[in-house]
Amino acid sequence: MSWTGNILRVNLTKGTCKAETLNNDWAQDYLGQRGLATKYLVEEVDAKVDALAPENKMIMATGPLTGTMASTGGRYSVITKSPLTNCVACSNSGGFIGAEIKNAGWDMIIFEGKSKKPVYLYLVNDKAELLPADDIWGTTVWHTDEWLHKQHQDPMLRIAAVGRSAEAGCLYAAIVNDMHRAAGRSGVGTVMASKNLKAIAVRGTKGIGNIKDPARFMAAVNAGKKVLADNAVTSQGLPTYGTQVLMNVINEMGALPANNMQDVQFEGAQNVSGEAMHEPRKSDGKPNLTTNAGCFGCTIACGRISTIDKGHFSVENKPEYWGNSGGLEYEAAWALGPDTGVDDIDALTYANFLCNEDGFDPISFGSTLAAAMELFGMGVITTKETNGMELKFGSADALVWAVEKMTTGEGFGKDLGLGSKRLCEKYGHPELSMTVKGQEFPAYDPRGIQGMGLAYATSNRGACHLRGYTVASEVLGIPEKTDPLVTEGKAGLVKAFQDATAAVDSSGLCLFTTFAWSLEDIAPQVDAACEGDWSAERLAEAGERIWNMERDFNLRAGLTGADDTLPKRLLKDAAKTGPAKGRVNDLDKMLPEYYEQRGWSNDGVPTPATRQRLGLA
Amino acid sequence: MQMSLLIDAGKCTGCVQCELACSLENEGIFNPAKSRIRIFTFHYEGRFVPYTCTQCAEAWCMQACPVDAIAYDAATGAKVILEAACVGCKVCTIACPFGTVNYNSDTGKVIKCDLCGGDPECAKACPTEAITYVDADQTGYERMRAWAVKTDAGSTAIA
Repeated sequence: MSWTGNILRVNLTKGTCKAETLNNDWAQDYLGQRGLATKYLVEEVDAKVDALAPENKMIMATGPLTGTMASTGGRYSVITKSPLTNCVACSNSGGFIGAEIKNAGWDMIIFEGKSKKPVYLYLVNDKAELLPADDIWGTTVWHTDEWLHKQHQDPMLRIAAVGRSAEAGCLYAAIVNDMHRAAGRSGVGTVMASKNLKAIAVRGTKGIGNIKDPARFMAAVNAGKKVLADNAVTSQGLPTYGTQVLMNVINEMGALPANNMQDVQFEGAQNVSGEAMHEPRKSDGKPNLTTNAGCFGCTIACGRISTIDKGHFSVENKPEYWGNSGGLEYEAAWALGPDTGVDDIDALTYANFLCNEDGFDPISFGSTLAAAMELFGMGVITTKETNGMELKFGSADALVWAVEKMTTGEGFGKDLGLGSKRLCEKYGHPELSMTVKGQEFPAYDPRGIQGMGLAYATSNRGACHLRGYTVASEVLGIPEKTDPLVTEGKAGLVKAFQDATAAVDSSGLCLFTTFAWSLEDIAPQVDAACEGDWSAERLAEAGERIWNMERDFNLRAGLTGADDTLPKRLLKDAAKTGPAKGRVNDLDKMLPEYYEQRGWSNDGVPTPATRQRLGLA
Repeated sequence: MQMSLLIDAGKCTGCVQCELACSLENEGIFNPAKSRIRIFTFHYEGRFVPYTCTQCAEAWCMQACPVDAIAYDAATGAKVILEAACVGCKVCTIACPFGTVNYNSDTGKVIKCDLCGGDPECAKACPTEAITYVDADQTGYERMRAWAVKTDAGSTAIA
């Protein structure tokens, strides 16, 4: 087994919480978490629904290995329709609340409808209640976390909440759990707030005991832990530098987008790198990084726990920001730093704290701010819109000002909360939006890493590094090195990464294990825990099924193959410096082959034969 | 040789593998809520601290128990709950100054660390050696060595 077999259905319109039995047939086809919850979404929600209407549903789902001792087995995902992209949204988070939901006895929680008044879900094992959230509506995630622990006099409650940005309608609001982990992308927090659901507070003491073959499971788990412990990336690089290990590497290969992706290298990269986080600062001799941290069950522990320099202008006279909290990860550091041209690590850390405190995606925020800065440079946005703030590339003052506006969505914060696509449209320059399907890019320039261009263009949730991370192959040589400047072979590579990732995201494990693990390492763990024979091949096939199911949802929502593209800047304006100098992304050389390998028509629609093969017909 | 759990909080990442291993060994399921070892997260300070029973030589829990349900295991030095004898009166949970003996409402008995009979699962599961199982008479050895290496005489040695 390993699934609990129980779903909690919370109807916010009626104010009811009801237990249901999990559809085991679907679990055999879609595994759990991302795959299984998406199956529920596509069965229950019309793809054309307004993402912020009560008819949209939001599912918090664990995987079969969530809550077990499998390394990194603490993940959960939030699946809904995205208000940012109008595609399927699926945001994955670590921390501890995923395992807590499972320990309380639930595979997933389906939220539907809309509450008349703000509420939060209080869930202790079998007991689920919707309670008034009037006292915490309009407050931050961090305040909500503190209030709920006090209200219930239970320090062991695990909390996930939305902040003020979500309430203000920011289209890329996140759901933040355990203070600084987040289901960050695509506006899943915006959907949660639209339902007048402020938080979920969970305590689970039942445990997970229905492992199919416990002895074999522990043997597979220990073998997997050993592989992670013996791998340089997962045992040294990630614990020491976190994902920030990449900042200097990606900059040197000319694939670090800067200044709203006008450039592919950033002079100040070193100043905001993983290495810089270890440097003792002049003021108090302490480094930015206090320690690394693990999510539930994770033996890698890439998480960053950081402080801001007390003397930094952003936190002067604000002692509430002098303590430790979640520090810079690579994608956030890039968006808040190189993409806005800011190389002040304390300003970046402060911005990152505020993204967690009020729940919004630092990638989308940084990228949207970068677009606004470019528009400011062109004189399209002026100090009239910004209340006098000079919104210039490289200005830490502008970054700090903007992130503070974002928390409550006041003034120019309202514009920034639109996301890059809508902001650029509003100001008449849609070509300056560095987005795919309305979602902002992460930190790899597809002119310098060709495969990522195809991965971005075809991602089911818009531009994203976590749907097909060919960086692993093109930069790090995992599982084997491919040339980042070559397009040949990338179609197959992207497909393989997309399918494998969909399987990992459906298991309860963290994608970062795949720096060391292949599906061959994961399959024995899933197989020993779950009913059914789970081989690496079957996992990859489930991943392919999930990918096509997500694609179908997007097509029904109104997207077409024409949306599988990149901004003109990346297709027409050549990289100015570095190893990729003179290159654009050659998407047109990869996309037709990708469609063919996927078994899709020339316009990107899964063929009847493909649907038949995957059981989607 | 008697052995002891040695906890170095500075190495802990808060991953709770120890809690999972403890609950699996003692309860047969993964259930951190029933673990005998607990990780405490001090968010503002950026610290993770594993904490469990230190196996006091003159254990207050053992002395307080009115039904002799806590026994001394001479081989490991552990103070072990005798489930059959425990009546769930919880006096030991009051007597323990460190809070490491706790009541389990599912069974009506108390639970505490028993060093897994001399092969503690928490230490084996810990990925960072924040929890180790060492010579009970030399728990300060590594810390002494770390300071020794900083002296003039030790400064040329490899740390």
